[in-house]
Amino acid sequence: MRYEAPKTLEAALALLVSREGQARVLAGGTDLLVQMRAGRAEPALLVDVKGIPEMTSIAEEGGAFRIGAAVPCMDLIDHPRLPAVWPGIIDGVKLIGSIQVKGRATMGGNLCNASPAADSVPGLIAAGATASIAGPKGRRELPVADFALGPGKTALAPDELLVSFLLPQRPPRSGDAYLRFTPRTEMDIAVAGAAVNLTLDAQSVCSAARVSLGAVAERALLVPEAAAALLGTRVDAAALERLGAAASAACRPIDDKRGTREFRTRVTGVLARRAAAIALERAKEAS
Amino acid sequence: MAKHHVTATVNGETVEFLCETRQTLLEVLRDELQLTGTKEGCGTGDCGACSVTVNGRLVCSCLVLGVEAQGKSICTIEGMAQGEKLHPLQRKFLEHAALQCGVCTPGFLVAARSLLERNPDPSEAEVRYWLAGNLCRCTGYQKIVEAVLDAARELRGA
Repeated sequence: MRYEAPKTLEAALALLVSREGQARVLAGGTDLLVQMRAGRAEPALLVDVKGIPEMTSIAEEGGAFRIGAAVPCMDLIDHPRLPAVWPGIIDGVKLIGSIQVKGRATMGGNLCNASPAADSVPGLIAAGATASIAGPKGRRELPVADFALGPGKTALAPDELLVSFLLPQRPPRSGDAYLRFTPRTEMDIAVAGAAVNLTLDAQSVCSAARVSLGAVAERALLVPEAAAALLGTRVDAAALERLGAAASAACRPIDDKRGTREFRTRVTGVLARRAAAIALERAKEAS
Repeated sequence: MAKHHVTATVNGETVEFLCETRQTLLEVLRDELQLTGTKEGCGTGDCGACSVTVNGRLVCSCLVLGVEAQGKSICTIEGMAQGEKLHPLQRKFLEHAALQCGVCTPGFLVAARSLLERNPDPSEAEVRYWLAGNLCRCTGYQKIVEAVLDAARELRGA
């Protein structure tokens, strides 16, 4: 097994092309090294992307945030501005594994690993984040909502690289939040999760909303019907009730040892309501 | 293929080692550098027994490749005591009987030091959340948490 640590995107892409699917990208390694140890991944080449500046930096671009796909979670949590502007993204990031795992794990890896229960993904989808992808034919931008296709499957070709995320500029009076259900508060995998991102107008009426659900389908879902329940309302009890019902209606979860289909469907509605209430408070504080 | 020639700083000293791509930092520390204070528990990042810091970040050394250590500064349990003088965290673990078999202890100590460097005055809840990635199968966590809080008090001079 070869190991390369290219310093540029071009060099990384050349390495990926040269091995036609036999290469794996190494960012934080918290999924890949476990897969290798278990014999579930046996790459001929590891391409360590942490030497590529665009993949390991956080930059503010006119109010928007460009976040490298290989930035470790602890760098996101410790960033001087990001947690205040996008608290819902940080809600999810904080729930990924232990402090030790967060010292290495990345949002790019979380998305590329394509677990339906990935904790950082619903927040990114609710935020309207875009994934910037580099490949032999150049760059393309893909909404994070369209990136994962199913468990372990993504829209990324073997010779493509997820480089960074773009979080759009936030209007005033915006707030977001992510909540998940797990039997334990830490070190667990989401049984269900919900992220809500909303914006209020000057009269405190919801003028924009996005809702994403995790662990209740083959991938994290963007649910416009749930967001529609909030639009034009003051995010009052009746609106939250409709939001919860729409969120539950969008669930198509599996039955497994961590939760039954019925439980996941029901608790997702509760999580969506509670996440919306937190997002509302944050939007009011942000005004 | 040829082994990687890696130069890194471990506990303040420059070290060189040869490793294969597959070897983890944990394996390098224990098998190549004979620094066996860092323990292997699960090997999958779940238990925290192999905790070290890499450029100041607390990580599981079982989830880092040895070759990734090139140019990095690594701190392990061996760098904690100053000669015969124990670090206050080590002393408080003894005073509070916060260990039994001791396999998890180096990881807890390295993780707790990392916490106190960021936050000299953590609440009990903050200690418990920070140490959630360190598993102890002997003592339970109460004495460990008490030892960390007591060491924090001493280090603050309170």
